[in-house]
Amino acid sequence: MTIAIKPTQSGEPLFYLADEHPHPEGWSTSLGFWIYLMSDCLIFAILFATYGVLSGNYAAGPAPKDLFDLSLVAVNTTMLLLSSITYGFAMLTMQQNKIGQTQLWLAITGLFGLAFIGIELTEFAHMIHEGATPQRSAFLSSFFTLVATHGLHVTFGLVWLVTLMTQVARFGLIEANRRRLMCLSMFWHFLDVVWIGVFTFVYLMGMLR
Amino acid sequence: MNTETHAATADHHHDDHAHGSLSTYLLGFVLSVALTAVPFWLVMSGALGNKQVTALVITVFAIVQIVVHMIYFLHMSPKSENGWSMMALIFTIVMVVIAMSGSVWVMNHLNSNMMPIHQMTGTK
Repeated sequence: MTIAIKPTQSGEPLFYLADEHPHPEGWSTSLGFWIYLMSDCLIFAILFATYGVLSGNYAAGPAPKDLFDLSLVAVNTTMLLLSSITYGFAMLTMQQNKIGQTQLWLAITGLFGLAFIGIELTEFAHMIHEGATPQRSAFLSSFFTLVATHGLHVTFGLVWLVTLMTQVARFGLIEANRRRLMCLSMFWHFLDVVWIGVFTFVYLMGMLR
Repeated sequence: MNTETHAATADHHHDDHAHGSLSTYLLGFVLSVALTAVPFWLVMSGALGNKQVTALVITVFAIVQIVVHMIYFLHMSPKSENGWSMMALIFTIVMVVIAMSGSVWVMNHLNSNMMPIHQMTGTK
């Protein structure tokens, strides 16, 4: 408890860093958020490893070749890539303090994200309709876990995006909102990086099997 | 005093986040489109013939595209956050490589050491 006592003039020893200077609000947010993203990266690494181990166990059920439609995946990838660049435009217009344009680019990003989720859910519904459910084989269990975890991240990114658009509409491009948009930018681009792994190792490699 | 802290805050802000410009975002986008389109084309057309070569080539394309995203979209540089971002990234990459390659290696090894099913039924 003595640690918290204020220093006195009598030359008592200090038990804390004396020259700790005040930091502006949110000064460490981007590093902290980056470390969160790295921990998220480990979650995906484990799911990729699980898929890597189980992807050949079809249990006499459907194989990737019977299920995947590469042209649909290509459209999906395009949606996510376009949403990445439109988010970049939102960040650029944010730096120029153009609220209207920032909101417009954020809305376009959200629509591309929504299209991505829509196409993915259509694909899942099609697979489940054909009997390729997560319960069918170890391959399908690990496939649905990996791809749906990514899709769930994108969904929460969309919820976050709408929240921030409301924030910006109410309070403008204040420092706190800029910081939040910066974090979502990192989150969104990070999800695109994970998707590179998904389309390469799940879909493209699956078709090569 | 007040203006001083404010200026320091603004400085801090500028030091910490390397923002991209329109040209770097567009360059990153064009590179990503090319690095996505080529692997899809290679697999869909089977242009390389050999499946193992194709798998190797699309892996290289994926790694290059991840680096492109890191640089042009996530603005990673060895200097951001005094190098701590890069340290966290390197640590994560080490963990990811160990977890993924280790899992696949060990489990494949176990699989190949399993007694084949026809022998199991034969011995009872």
